[in-house]
Amino acid sequence: MGMTFAQKVLAAKAGLDSIAVGQIVEIEPDVCLSHDNTAAIAKTFAKIGISHVKDPDKFVIVLDHTVPASEEKYAQNHKEIREFVQLNGIRRFYDVGVGICHQVLPEKGFALPGRLILGSDSHTTTYGAFGAFAAGVGRSEMAVLYATSRIWLKTPSSFKMIVHGELEEPVSAKDLILHIIGSIGADGALYKSVEYTGEAIEAMSIGSRMVLCNMAIEMGAKNGYCAPDHKTQAFLADRADGPYTAVFPDDDAQYERVLEFDASSLGPQVARPHTVDNVSPVDVVAGTPIHQALLGTCTNGRLEDLRVAAAILDGRKVANGVRLLVLPASQEILLEALEEGIIDTLVRAGGLLLNPGCGPCLGAHQGVLAPGEVCISTANRNFKGRMGSRDAETYLASPATVAASAVTGVITDPREFF
Amino acid sequence: MNKGKVWKYGDDVNTDVIFPGKYTYQPMEPAEMAQHALEDLDPGFAKAVKPGDIIVAGRNFGCGSSREQAATCIKAAGVAAVIAPSFSRLFFRNAINEGLPVIELASGTEAIQTGDQVGIDFVAGVVEHKGKRCSFPPLPPEVLAILEDGGLIPHVKKVLADNG
Repeated sequence: MGMTFAQKVLAAKAGLDSIAVGQIVEIEPDVCLSHDNTAAIAKTFAKIGISHVKDPDKFVIVLDHTVPASEEKYAQNHKEIREFVQLNGIRRFYDVGVGICHQVLPEKGFALPGRLILGSDSHTTTYGAFGAFAAGVGRSEMAVLYATSRIWLKTPSSFKMIVHGELEEPVSAKDLILHIIGSIGADGALYKSVEYTGEAIEAMSIGSRMVLCNMAIEMGAKNGYCAPDHKTQAFLADRADGPYTAVFPDDDAQYERVLEFDASSLGPQVARPHTVDNVSPVDVVAGTPIHQALLGTCTNGRLEDLRVAAAILDGRKVANGVRLLVLPASQEILLEALEEGIIDTLVRAGGLLLNPGCGPCLGAHQGVLAPGEVCISTANRNFKGRMGSRDAETYLASPATVAASAVTGVITDPREFF
Repeated sequence: MNKGKVWKYGDDVNTDVIFPGKYTYQPMEPAEMAQHALEDLDPGFAKAVKPGDIIVAGRNFGCGSSREQAATCIKAAGVAAVIAPSFSRLFFRNAINEGLPVIELASGTEAIQTGDQVGIDFVAGVVEHKGKRCSFPPLPPEVLAILEDGGLIPHVKKVLADNG
């Protein structure tokens, strides 16, 4: 009997010819990621009683969540991480300003097809866009990975999501994933491996596939997956930190569910407060006044996202009373956007450029919300209190919808600008 | 049988309302984390919770972030167990790794309300509420061993010591 993508990767890592759904295996991941939580992980690691990280080259550490430090306690946290990195000879360390971990790890060539990647961050699922098996773990687990390089994983059952047709601009991968999550719910793919396939996925850029895999966790999935192709190879051509072998599911693999979606009939979607699955077409909430618009993050802070926003904002102004925050996902993207004139356009329109990082997405750093304020954001979560006050509201949408809303000052269908 | 007073919550309780993101990158001991437990879900919880109390919730408890403090703060608040029809994968792992028992109870949670008493028999795999008994499946042995050792770190220390 054929195997799914998840079965194939986990069987290979466990040294088995086949593996059953539900089977628990102890394996060694290829790459492990942590970020500003590394200092806390290092303290837990110290409790194990092992002096040094077993395999320093397995670990990628990116400072991104509260960068640059806005308070002394964050500065202290970063300092402890730099000391830990130095002490353990961790070479794959990216200090403040390089970007958000989920963008930096692929840019530096660590997210490769067929790899097993674990990160102490729930959006580690992003690397499924490159055909890797990538899932989040907790801090204690990362501490144990420092010590032993090994962890137990259960083999998930799989969903296949077939997306037919073609997205019609400015409808994007973000609208598609919001629609999917709205359809099946916040636990609709709980503990599942989700394989995205179909002509809409094949037609997508790498950046758009990253959006789908980034948000797989928002329907409870363990991981997301897009089959690697020539676009994946092109992205990795000058980046891959080693050879790789793509892994594809067998044609006769067994799926718990096969779901089909039609991209061509899809319009812009919005997730309303306070859950990601509270999704409706944009016209249901059109006209809702906003105070802040956030363009960026690990979900939608890539060049294609900034580009579509700039196309809408070109020659226009952000509405009075609205703050447009622009948050490129990495330094590399920021440089490209500068060269292309995108940043010039966004700033001239009244956008406020923030440094690459997680910014206001999780309410721990700059750009947080006051009680009663409303934000429309390209990020991946809108939970109560997520971006600051528990009495603020966040709507999630595509870069085009966020840009259009920033111009009008109310939630707006971006098709009005095309 | 462990008995405790219930705090009842709904579906999709996420990690941001259990332990807000603004605290996640600040150095904090578990006792201080407990003061923020469920802060944006039920601001009265942290002050009123008593050791041995039990959280009963709806589906997909702990969805969202990988932040382990969501489990740590509940454990440090003295909660004896969390019972729900389903848990997010990350919260489930984190809870086991923090030594916080999590019980997947397929049916029976709907009838349980805040203030009720429930009993848990971990060995028999039974939750008792108002005389009604509902069973839950045992954890896989690999996972149970971690919980029985008090969490992942003590478990790994023990395994490393046993292996010399």
